[in-house]
Amino acid sequence: MPAPTLDRQPAGSPDEAALQQQFAATIAADRRIEPRDWMPEGYRKTLVRQVAQHAHSEIIGMQPEGDWLLAAPSLRRKAVLLAKVQDEAGHGLYLYSAAETLGADRADLTDKLIEGRQKYSSIFNYPTPSYADVGVIGWLVDGAAICNQVPLCRSSYGPYARAMIRVCKEESFHQRQGYELLMTMMRGTDEQRAMVQESVDRWWWPSLMMFGPPDDESPNTAQSMAWGIKRHTNDELRQRFVDMTVPQAQFLGVTLPDPDLAWDEESGHWRFGAIDWEEFKRVLGGQGPMNDVRIARRRAARDDNAWVVEAATAHARKHEAVPA
Amino acid sequence: MVHEETVYDALANAHGEAGRWAFGTGFDDPLAGVDTTVPGGIDPADLGTYCLMLGDDALVLAQRLTEWVTRAPELEEEVAIGNIALDLLGQARLLLARAGSVGVLGRSRERAGATIPDEDALAYFRDPDEFHSTALVAAPDTDFAQAVVRLLAAATVRLAVFSRLRSSRDPVLAAIAAKGVHELAYHRDHAARWVVRLGDGTEESHRRTRSAVDAVWPLLAELFTPTDVETRLAAAGVAVDPAGVRDEVRDVLGQVLGRAALPVPAWPVGTPPRGRRGQHGPELAELLGTLQGLARQHPAATW
Repeated sequence: MPAPTLDRQPAGSPDEAALQQQFAATIAADRRIEPRDWMPEGYRKTLVRQVAQHAHSEIIGMQPEGDWLLAAPSLRRKAVLLAKVQDEAGHGLYLYSAAETLGADRADLTDKLIEGRQKYSSIFNYPTPSYADVGVIGWLVDGAAICNQVPLCRSSYGPYARAMIRVCKEESFHQRQGYELLMTMMRGTDEQRAMVQESVDRWWWPSLMMFGPPDDESPNTAQSMAWGIKRHTNDELRQRFVDMTVPQAQFLGVTLPDPDLAWDEESGHWRFGAIDWEEFKRVLGGQGPMNDVRIARRRAARDDNAWVVEAATAHARKHEAVPA
Repeated sequence: MVHEETVYDALANAHGEAGRWAFGTGFDDPLAGVDTTVPGGIDPADLGTYCLMLGDDALVLAQRLTEWVTRAPELEEEVAIGNIALDLLGQARLLLARAGSVGVLGRSRERAGATIPDEDALAYFRDPDEFHSTALVAAPDTDFAQAVVRLLAAATVRLAVFSRLRSSRDPVLAAIAAKGVHELAYHRDHAARWVVRLGDGTEESHRRTRSAVDAVWPLLAELFTPTDVETRLAAAGVAVDPAGVRDEVRDVLGQVLGRAALPVPAWPVGTPPRGRRGQHGPELAELLGTLQGLARQHPAATW
């Protein structure tokens, strides 16, 4: 096979048609596109957008639970949470690295996040006033994230697919840790049980929104599925999540806050009530309860520590090895 | 119940596979399998108090480091700081559990519910004047330079102590120290690299690191004066007399500052070990208020 290259071919050149054909054949055969392979500009841009958004979500996602790191009520829970938040930083690192294989730059992506030019998952714009939120985020939010991400382990872009395999393994432990915390709290005092139910009431609907707008309002889905970047539609994944989660809620002993939630024998699915898409748009559009706080924290981490990065760069430059 | 071929399978029965949980977060008794019998000739009350000194330092420093999580200069540093805090938290859990195993629980048992393990009773249900940590670990950080200079000082002292504790007559302390030296060597190295980078980086980083050294050095004053407990236990071959590690610490810190192009301040004159005796400034009470708040609202709850 000829060595593929990233070099841009002149538009409409005969070579581009051949490269395009080779790319289509790779996708059709369900093989992976690798960083040095030729790829259409739209594919590259779509991937950078999706991978960056995913990386930003991991990093912003450290904050809601991170707010409980200092106050976790047992040393074991503190250690579990610290390890989890640390894993999320690691996930952010793999994903930014995957984006860099597409020609993006981590510092530039961070600037875009801070300036509001790139998005992250709207779920992290909700506050975490209760310690039960740590468990519910693990169970529902990480659970929804896994539903979204397991199919991405077969994404057509190799570095993204491989990053997702590792991320999914770790996310599944986070989810189990979250669920285990909730089980412990449900076996505890009346106050602890009330804390869990109150938290589930707040997080259930935002978790369903994590799968994105309904299919008929999701403009990018068709192209992303044709390119093998996405494997299932938003509504398919949302339904899968509901079907998995309802029995878990029953086992846990909590009530999901949806009076329309009902088992449909014929289809073999749980039917659920209408999602408030206006709330989703508001939160995604920057009007959620915590949007400003989340971004301000990232901005402060960048700006307050800019002198550290400058110093490290200056030090490295002073002590660069002299070439032999 | 619908079964799917996904990671969700058996979630409701998710137990076992303990080995795949995050490091240091296992559900088991951290001292399971270790003979916790106190060897002859060792006063259990002294031993427990000494474990609290070392454990409280680790717990308080872990809490200070954790304050940097989501605020660090780079993502790589988020991961590194999280690692160091997790190591120290692990050391704190072992040491507090050891203090509990020899019956040193202070007033914590009057406040904590019976189902709360000793390590949590000690961490969450003691008041500041029952903590034996030093001022070095309790001081708040004003910037990243102070965080790494303090970490360098604390890790250097702790590594010097733990290296010697590996031959403690208490087998539990010896085991904790043997595990800890590898962790502490990494902590010291990580902090030293940052101090060198920042000291020998830009004008601003040099100025900040110099201020950090000036702020941290006076906190060393109380570290090398032994308490009566340490003196007795050192004589019994159980503990380390902190006076005996002073020169090593001074040499190591001097070498790092030299490599960082920073002036070495005068070594502070020794003062009584106030922190070890439970005498603390308001910053420790504030730190513990955050750490303990939720647990104390629910003294009968287990988590």
